[in-house]
Amino acid sequence: MKIAIPVDEKTLDSNVCASFGRAPYFLIHDTETSDSVFIDNSAATNMGGAGIKAAQIIVDSKANVLLTPRCGENAAFVLKSADIKIFKTSSVRLKDNIDDFLAEKLLSVDEFHPGFHRHRGN
Amino acid sequence: MKQLLILSGKGGTGKTTIASAFIKLSDVGAYSDCDVDAPNLHLITKWYSQPNKTDYYGLPKAKINLELCNECDECRQNCRFGAIKADPYYKVDYFACEGCGVCEYVCSMEAITLEPTVAGELMLYANVNKVFSTAQLKMGNGTSGLLVAEVKKQMKSVAVDEKLAIIDGSPGIGCPVIASLSGVNMVLIVAEPSLSGISDMERIINTAAKFGVKIAVCTNKFDTNIKNTERIEEYCKRQELSYVGRIPFDSDAVKVINNGKSIVDIDCTSGTAVKAVFNKTMDLLFEKADA
Amino acid sequence: MTIAVLSGKGGTGKTLVSVNLAAVAKKSTYIDCDVEEPNGHLFFKPKQIQEEQILVKIPKVNNELCNGCRKCVDFCKFNALAYIKNKLIVFEDLCHSCGGCILVCPVRALKEKKKSIGKIQKGTKGEVMILTGILNTGEISGVPIIENLLVENNLHANKFTFIDCPPGSACVVMESIKDADYCILVAEPTLFGVHNLNMVYELVNLFNKPFGVVINKCLKKDNLVGKFCFKKNIKILAQIPFDTNLGILNSNGEIVVNKDKKYHDMFSSLLQTVAKEVQCHETTSNP
Repeated sequence: MKIAIPVDEKTLDSNVCASFGRAPYFLIHDTETSDSVFIDNSAATNMGGAGIKAAQIIVDSKANVLLTPRCGENAAFVLKSADIKIFKTSSVRLKDNIDDFLAEKLLSVDEFHPGFHRHRGN
Repeated sequence: MKQLLILSGKGGTGKTTIASAFIKLSDVGAYSDCDVDAPNLHLITKWYSQPNKTDYYGLPKAKINLELCNECDECRQNCRFGAIKADPYYKVDYFACEGCGVCEYVCSMEAITLEPTVAGELMLYANVNKVFSTAQLKMGNGTSGLLVAEVKKQMKSVAVDEKLAIIDGSPGIGCPVIASLSGVNMVLIVAEPSLSGISDMERIINTAAKFGVKIAVCTNKFDTNIKNTERIEEYCKRQELSYVGRIPFDSDAVKVINNGKSIVDIDCTSGTAVKAVFNKTMDLLFEKADA
Repeated sequence: MTIAVLSGKGGTGKTLVSVNLAAVAKKSTYIDCDVEEPNGHLFFKPKQIQEEQILVKIPKVNNELCNGCRKCVDFCKFNALAYIKNKLIVFEDLCHSCGGCILVCPVRALKEKKKSIGKIQKGTKGEVMILTGILNTGEISGVPIIENLLVENNLHANKFTFIDCPPGSACVVMESIKDADYCILVAEPTLFGVHNLNMVYELVNLFNKPFGVVINKCLKKDNLVGKFCFKKNIKILAQIPFDTNLGILNSNGEIVVNKDKKYHDMFSSLLQTVAKEVQCHETTSNP
């Protein structure tokens, strides 16, 4: 299966990014082949709706699971519509999170914060 | 890094006055002003060096190339925001344009393009010991979570080893506040003992609660209305929120702020009260019980 | 005459000034354009309220016609559309109602439906007409509500119309002052007050609006705003002293001019000053 994680840098030493919608990159890790790919998050610099665009990117990447510290309600809606499960990261280290997920130690994310609404007229 | 965010819901409650006192008392190495619409923190936390400035680009706005324009009027008719005027020539109203791209799409002459526009400026003050991140949104631009996110990102990119960061938040409950809440460990809400102040305090508490952060509340200018102050304290007790103290209205505070200093730089009643609030807040933030 | 009351920063006294001016003018209209946090009605407690929903157009998809080309998703600058499992999802809260997606759809699968983003309440108290704009939480923009508040009928119903503007200098503020004859800038005489006054000072100049300043919560000394106005040659309309009693009344939602002759006189005097200023400007610009 494919696991997606928002990251600060395009390396396996990178920390997990505190934000999902505005993370600069996503790691897509294939648990079967152990391949890791980094994709750009074009939503990072969007004024509004970043979570939605980021979620669309995750859906298009064919990931099955998202590991993230937090997630907005709009992004969650997109991900759930695509049957992608969302789990809360346990630490900032990528490897620890993947291991914890595989060991079924991670909890699913249940509370979603309201979106970053933008005001009209920019 | 533990992040403490100071919010209020309503404007004018004393966020920046209290934030600047906390910054002075903790001698913190990293702090930022997320009230990008009306930043004030830099007026108290004096820096003598020039900041590193970066342009902040907002939504691109439409621009009409008059040389290609054939005045077919399609753009003006399709613009839902009344942002295209035709007197005497076709022009885009910068403030009304929302960057939707419809005019660019309907123009058969390719005379319209969406151009990046500078919507504000990020400023980063840094020396060996401290970093201060702030920004100013340009007039007419809607406040944005993105600029606030950039202010915090800027601070964190430099202050990698700091144990504590203090963030002066913005009023309201909208996008800039949500963006400032992302990643913080604790929120201190500065409440004002008035009807509108209490109503706004409840709204901001509801918003912050969704982020699962520790919430502490203090009342500023409490003696301007004791009954309302007691209402706030009862509310906190009922909601099981940490109440960290009361700060009196103090005309000395006004004087010292006007001189660009914080209330803990002189001996005054509000300064003494804020020290107690600070100590209680820090105890909560660095509680050993927090795994 | 239409008078907009604004300030760069929240909590300076915009509502205090606009509510009490409307009350002292007796036969007037008070319009609350601070649609995210309208507070004026808490003071007036208006009666006989009529409500009007404010609607915007939102796309609606016919999934049977939709062929999944995603042209709409790619076009939307606000990320209000997503295409998941062969279904188009519309995020209504993010939609700016630009109509772009409907234009770009090659198979006409998108139509528009109306959605309420808030409402306008119209009521009266004595001879004051009170119009309150209320934006639903989470909605993108208050501008459509303000546009509906400031229609001709409302602006010319009474001799005096007071517009209570949102704080700051963003688009909602610009929309609120667009049709005003005169602007009152309310500022606190503090370091922060001056700094934030400067922002709205630039705004009213940009819009070429005649304006004056009311300094609120004045203490005996250190009037930094006074110095600013003197330097820039700005008319100071009134200086409201810091007054504990006024503060208590206001924080309890009372209209102070109705509670104490002292305050009634103060705001009457301010009203007269403003009326004179407006007339002066009208004669100088329309000789």
